[in-house]
Amino acid sequence: MSEDVKKFLYVNRKAPYGTIYALESLEVVLIGAAFDQDVSLAFLDDGVFQLTRGQDTTGIGMKNFSPTFRALGDYDVTKLYVERESLEERGLSADDLQEIMYEDEDDDWAEKPSIRIVSRAEMADIFAEQDVVLSF
Amino acid sequence: MATLHTVNKSPFATKALQSCLAHARDGDVILMIEDGVYGATAGTDLADVLAGHSALKIYVLEPDLQARGLDTGRLLDGVSTVDYAGFVDLAATTDRTMAWL
Amino acid sequence: MKFGVVVSEGPYTHQASDTAYHFVVSALEAGHEVPRVFFYHDGVNVGTRLSVPPQDERNIQAQWTDLAARHKIDLVVCIAAAQRRGILDENEATRQGKDANNIAEGFRISGLGQLIEMGIQTDRLLMFGD
Repeated sequence: MSEDVKKFLYVNRKAPYGTIYALESLEVVLIGAAFDQDVSLAFLDDGVFQLTRGQDTTGIGMKNFSPTFRALGDYDVTKLYVERESLEERGLSADDLQEIMYEDEDDDWAEKPSIRIVSRAEMADIFAEQDVVLSF
Repeated sequence: MATLHTVNKSPFATKALQSCLAHARDGDVILMIEDGVYGATAGTDLADVLAGHSALKIYVLEPDLQARGLDTGRLLDGVSTVDYAGFVDLAATTDRTMAWL
Repeated sequence: MKFGVVVSEGPYTHQASDTAYHFVVSALEAGHEVPRVFFYHDGVNVGTRLSVPPQDERNIQAQWTDLAARHKIDLVVCIAAAQRRGILDENEATRQGKDANNIAEGFRISGLGQLIEMGIQTDRLLMFGD
């Protein structure tokens, strides 16, 4: 691994809108993408609510930032790990989440899903691989 | 390759401690700070939360314990205390720090 | 060892900025380096010079200003988070057409890139928040 490239993990454990953490986390991810680090996002606990389909914030007067997740592929942020147990505990499945795709430049720009559903044990392994963990 | 996990929430208020414990790996270190120190006390409804996690090293930040009127005699078995200097040492001797905010 | 520190919760309401302060003091006493502290979310509110806490309470902003001066710590307030919450330096106040600024001595307003850079350039990153 190059000395200049670190593994950055953004850990999202909070639901959107009730507090600003999810939105300001996404702002860090977008800026951080310019630094060419090895970036992953983790969604667990209430953080899985950030990725649900059908968010409509017109009634609360706040900006709906959920479409921004679909743009992450353009920033080469393509690893969104979502914990299966956290989904199940909240009555959700992968079908309740937005479809987020990226074009894989190493595979003739094939469209691939950015969301990777992982088990709690796999999430723990992902945490243990990181150099820098930012919690939101 | 151990992780230092910091937990600053009371387990009676949020599930941060429970989630942290469910993701910690053998050899990891957990440090309870701020309101997180309530998770280290014996004789509560959640006193068995640490059961089965003997492969973890569990610490509590003593100034936060004292501030809240909790005596070290109230701590669960297997929980050790550190001061801020000890917190720094834990951060320096583990490979990464993860805050369970 | 170099520590990077993030404060992501406001002063007084939450203990995060206090814990971060005690951590940084202890790290410096132990001979470690803390080149930068980054203030994000409501943590940017630590950087106002207009807070006037009661005399028998600690002044959180003054503690950071003093520590930064003595140990050359770069106290960075995130510009995006600061603009939302009304933390401005002279340049920003002028640029945004505001009639005053409130950034405290020793703090500077800059972009989120400073947070990423801190993560790259330090050995350990610690977050204090809610």
